[in-house]
Amino acid sequence: MAKYNQHLLVCGGTGCRASQSDAIVESLNRALTERGLENEAKVVMTGCFGFCEKGPIVKVLPDNTFYTQVTPADCDEIVAEHIFKGRKVNRLLYTDPENQEHVSDSKHMGFYRKQIRIALRNCGFIDPENIEEYIARDGYAALGKVLLEMTPEQVLDDLIKSGLRGRGGGGFPTGLKWQLTRKVQADQKYVVCNADEGDPGAFMDRSILEGDPHSVLEAMAINGFCTGATKGLIYIRAEYPLAINRLKIALKQAREFGLLGENILGSDFSFDIELRYGAGAFVCGEETALIHSMEGMRGEPTFKPPFPSESGYMGKPTNVNNVETYANIPVIILKGHEWFASIGTEKSKGTKVFALAGKINNVGLIEVPMGTTLREVIYEIGGGIKDGKQFKAVQTGGPSGGCLTAKHLDTPIDYDNLIAAGSMMGSGGMIVMDEDDCMVAIAKFYLEFTVEESCGKCSPCRIGNKRLHEILEKITKGEGTMEDLENLRNLSQVIKDTALCGLGQTSPNPVLSTLDNFWEEYLEHVTEKKCRAGVCKHMLRYVIEPDACVGCTACARNCPVNAISGERKKAHEINQEICIKCGACVEKCKFNAIFVR
Amino acid sequence: MAEIKLPENKLNQLKEVAKSFNNDGGELINVLHKAQEIFGYLPAEVQEVVAKELNVSVAHVYGVVSFYSFFTMTPKGKHPISICLGTACYVRGAEKVLDEFRKLLKIQVGETTPDGKFSLSGLRCVGACGLAPVVTIGEKVYGRVAPDGVKEILAEYKD
Repeated sequence: MAKYNQHLLVCGGTGCRASQSDAIVESLNRALTERGLENEAKVVMTGCFGFCEKGPIVKVLPDNTFYTQVTPADCDEIVAEHIFKGRKVNRLLYTDPENQEHVSDSKHMGFYRKQIRIALRNCGFIDPENIEEYIARDGYAALGKVLLEMTPEQVLDDLIKSGLRGRGGGGFPTGLKWQLTRKVQADQKYVVCNADEGDPGAFMDRSILEGDPHSVLEAMAINGFCTGATKGLIYIRAEYPLAINRLKIALKQAREFGLLGENILGSDFSFDIELRYGAGAFVCGEETALIHSMEGMRGEPTFKPPFPSESGYMGKPTNVNNVETYANIPVIILKGHEWFASIGTEKSKGTKVFALAGKINNVGLIEVPMGTTLREVIYEIGGGIKDGKQFKAVQTGGPSGGCLTAKHLDTPIDYDNLIAAGSMMGSGGMIVMDEDDCMVAIAKFYLEFTVEESCGKCSPCRIGNKRLHEILEKITKGEGTMEDLENLRNLSQVIKDTALCGLGQTSPNPVLSTLDNFWEEYLEHVTEKKCRAGVCKHMLRYVIEPDACVGCTACARNCPVNAISGERKKAHEINQEICIKCGACVEKCKFNAIFVR
Repeated sequence: MAEIKLPENKLNQLKEVAKSFNNDGGELINVLHKAQEIFGYLPAEVQEVVAKELNVSVAHVYGVVSFYSFFTMTPKGKHPISICLGTACYVRGAEKVLDEFRKLLKIQVGETTPDGKFSLSGLRCVGACGLAPVVTIGEKVYGRVAPDGVKEILAEYKD
């Protein structure tokens, strides 16, 4: 391999590619060639750096310079100044919002300081389309160690002692799950990777597959060795074309290197992996539904037991784990269970990747030790709430989770604490909400999702959630009664107790947690017909302040339903009966005379 | 609905696909993905062919097609527009963006404009939450879309 003194890493994740990172790679290469520097620095397109808010990112190694919001037009300057003259381009550096100073090194950015990257160790560091770069970062060393030096029992023992729990939502101990599949006798077993990331607002699995696909392949092979499976299947969303493409490349390379296929590394262990595509159904994240979908059927869940470890894909013992869980495993094997167990809390070991999104300054992908508090995540890493607004809630766990509030800010995040607080870990989506978000509307938003995604097999989920949604609709229209609030809670409890699968049982969580944490807002909607966030349209009243109105008639001329009347040069008035609350008048008023009440 | 005559060459293509999957009913979803690539959508006539080739009932094929949101039984527009309705986009105003598209194109979600140029659909998270709200048109991703920027985006597809 040729040696370069400097490397220019360009983020090639979905977000940054949408902002032209392909063109950036091209421009950087062109600028290097023009100056005869093509042997001095190499341009590498990597996976996601995590700092999506300021994308596209270009990072220069070895000095770790972190350039943000780079455009193709900036590339010439980066090459001319940084690569050629060794001077940083200050205007592209990250600016610390606290003191307005440029931060040149990513290690000193608040966003990265508290992070420990295990699952994301290679994301934003290596070229995901080149297996040699993965191998250079100890890739496939764990598989080698397992095949040549360890017995399956030893590997299982390591995993159990490490305390690793499933990162897809449930948090079941991974080592135990593998052991269950190992114990069952069968002529054929399967190892499955669940890459059907359906949680709206969670994109860690996609980023791992796009940025470090080999870590998943390696861990699946280790899983096969332990459980006695020779066949692996990755069930991935068809909506992730880039991840699919990178997986295909990774599979081809792994086979060429003899790291998948017959007699891996000269051992008598053979293992290969195929891809299976999802087709857009949230419920397929549930493992029994996922298995039915892989068999070419409707993705409907079935009652457990039998668990997939006894009877899964094609009726054979099947071990299903999620992408992030797999990504942790090679590191645990190499660094040992003691090391892994030293990170995290008593019952939740290691780290967790969270997708920070919503009304937060630093949207992105972060990985923190279990036990980090919400305050640290939102204010230190996330840089606080956008536009200086007031923090209201953070939603974790997606449509199965709940909303946490300011009183939970100092709760250490782990599986058990989140459940105790009325939410759950889920796959790690964290959507931050501010004072402009109405919590009743948020609950309705999630129910809309559940109603659309319910597979319809069991009636509590199919009918119950529909009724919940109708009640919420009624409340946001200002027609709710106290009885409705009572029904909401009762019905939620019934669905929780009686639905067939994990998704149905958790679907009322957004309702229950907002009822618990934001009871006053529900009450206001019902008794005062008021939405304090100004989201629920039907409760809004647009009013013209007579003293501020000069009678310019702009509002009246732009009202689509002629609800505004008044004489020229005299104060106008809005007829509330006719007003459709479209807000057109507010936009047109140059005198700030129209208010929302 | 009037019966659609499927073009011979595309039909043969579909039969080849089924064959490459060993005409195995367990590969139904993979075959449907390919079929949708070939025909652009999955009308009843295509579903009948798939059922025959894989030796499963038409009802089973229809059950699967109607279950998964990725499969469509109506043709998409030349420029399919998808608005991300994931939570991150929702809290950053995706609904208002969707309303604007509805207003300008005069179609609802799941519909195609009469001239076949645009179709409108909702999408659950493309995972580019840093760019919320996100809209995709064909392969192109638009980030940080504001309602008043919708007109400009549509103007790119004048032809």
